[in-house]
Amino acid sequence: MINFDYLRTASVNATLDAIKREPRAAFIAGGTNLVDLMKRGVTSPPRLIDINNLPLKNIERTSSGISIGALATNSAVAINEMIRSDFPLLSQALHAGASPQLRNMATVGGNMLQRTRCTYFYDTTMPCNKRQAGSGCGALGGYNRMHAIFGASDKCIAVHPSDMCVALVALNATAVVRSNKGERRIPFGDFHRLPGDTPQTDNQLKAGELITAVEIPSNKFQQHSFYLKIRDRSSYAFALVSVAVALSIENNRISDARIAAGGVAHKPWRLLNVEKALTGQPASVETFQKAASIATQGAKGYGQNNFKLKLLPQAIIQALETASS
Amino acid sequence: MSKTLPTSDEQGKGASRRDFLKWSGAAVAVSLTPSVVTRAAGERADETIAGFFEKMPLKLEVNGKLHQLQVEPRTTLLDLLREQIGLTGTKKGCDQGQCGACTVHVNGRRINSCLSLAVMNEGQKITTIEGLAKGDELHPLQEAFIKHDAFQCGYCTPGQIMSGVACINEGHAGSADEIREFMSGNLCRCGAYPHIVDAILETKKGGNNL
Repeated sequence: MINFDYLRTASVNATLDAIKREPRAAFIAGGTNLVDLMKRGVTSPPRLIDINNLPLKNIERTSSGISIGALATNSAVAINEMIRSDFPLLSQALHAGASPQLRNMATVGGNMLQRTRCTYFYDTTMPCNKRQAGSGCGALGGYNRMHAIFGASDKCIAVHPSDMCVALVALNATAVVRSNKGERRIPFGDFHRLPGDTPQTDNQLKAGELITAVEIPSNKFQQHSFYLKIRDRSSYAFALVSVAVALSIENNRISDARIAAGGVAHKPWRLLNVEKALTGQPASVETFQKAASIATQGAKGYGQNNFKLKLLPQAIIQALETASS
Repeated sequence: MSKTLPTSDEQGKGASRRDFLKWSGAAVAVSLTPSVVTRAAGERADETIAGFFEKMPLKLEVNGKLHQLQVEPRTTLLDLLREQIGLTGTKKGCDQGQCGACTVHVNGRRINSCLSLAVMNEGQKITTIEGLAKGDELHPLQEAFIKHDAFQCGYCTPGQIMSGVACINEGHAGSADEIREFMSGNLCRCGAYPHIVDAILETKKGGNNL
């Protein structure tokens, strides 16, 4: 690992001052992705700012829902009683991700900022526009079994690897970020971005900004939520395709529906067309099949990942059946 | 890259990084109430900093023993345990968080020590495989691993046992299926999984105080 300066801060304000003094610095919380990337030479920030002592670990009810501190660990959120009872989809998605050891380290903010697991991004001998702008995309004509079917560009077809973020985008969460200029709120669906011509930028965070919390509004999805993750082994692997489903069903009719998919795009992918096709319809297999049939509108395979075009609708049907039962 | 880094305190209140390192250095040199000295430094500074090739003071407890050390920021907890403290029971497998051989407990919670920088564990209580037995009396899960022949080459075993103890303590050892899911972060290339699950199930059922 290339050496670096290390700074441990004790307050949010000191942290914001520190990142202003050295904009090339990286924040470190759990370190489960950053340390890995630094060992492999994918990234080598000149300074790490250790934010683990900041008071951002609380999970609290608010007047409109719940607020989760950016430094709450994935395991702390997954087993939290309020999360399990009011937002079971989030707990399920977190439990589907990584391993117990990693979930004990990884934080909510870090999970949002984790980088793609595209093998070309990790292999520094290969071209990758995300790692080194202008070097090309190895995955486009190469090994792209894990890659995107939505929103990709000719510069990058990588996917965002998070499970947590797929649940959060379905639940209409909001990211709260702070900088020296103050606080701003970013709707979760806007937080991550598509690759376009600048795949090196994963999200909308600006220089000097720190994620402080994630807020989720209250909902009526407790009875009918399900996170389905399909992967090469039954646990501890990144998703080929995952589906987060949250339904509100009244008198066997779907009054509200949220669907998002993971493993299919550069960001957690909300399927608004499928949601629309479900809303107001009876909660039946016919409805699910009809809605799922339009899920891949606008999707495109790149060879080895063509199977995702068939797998996604099937996964949606299965997740809907499980959630509605 | 600047080697001396201004801190907000150098610009503001007057306590400097250099002073901080001096106090900490003195603490190590004379071994006099280091905790008091380090805490004093902590109270006077909003930030703790180590430059590019500087070592920084680190105090942590490993298997009940307090250690006052100097480490480079890039040293992982795994390397610190093995290379500096000499506890080689914790294994380096993949060194990138994929195999679980390096699993240790920090304040009772299992983590991958290969992905944790040592300096991020200031003041924490670490338990390694060497800390499970009480003298000559093995931990119940260690006994169960022997009884069930839950290993072949043994390289993943310290990580499996540390993870297994946590799995039981977390309440995730209720069934073989649950154990398989919550032990998924520990790979065994010899394929001893069925016996590992048996050992954990039996230890859980034994109701031993872990």
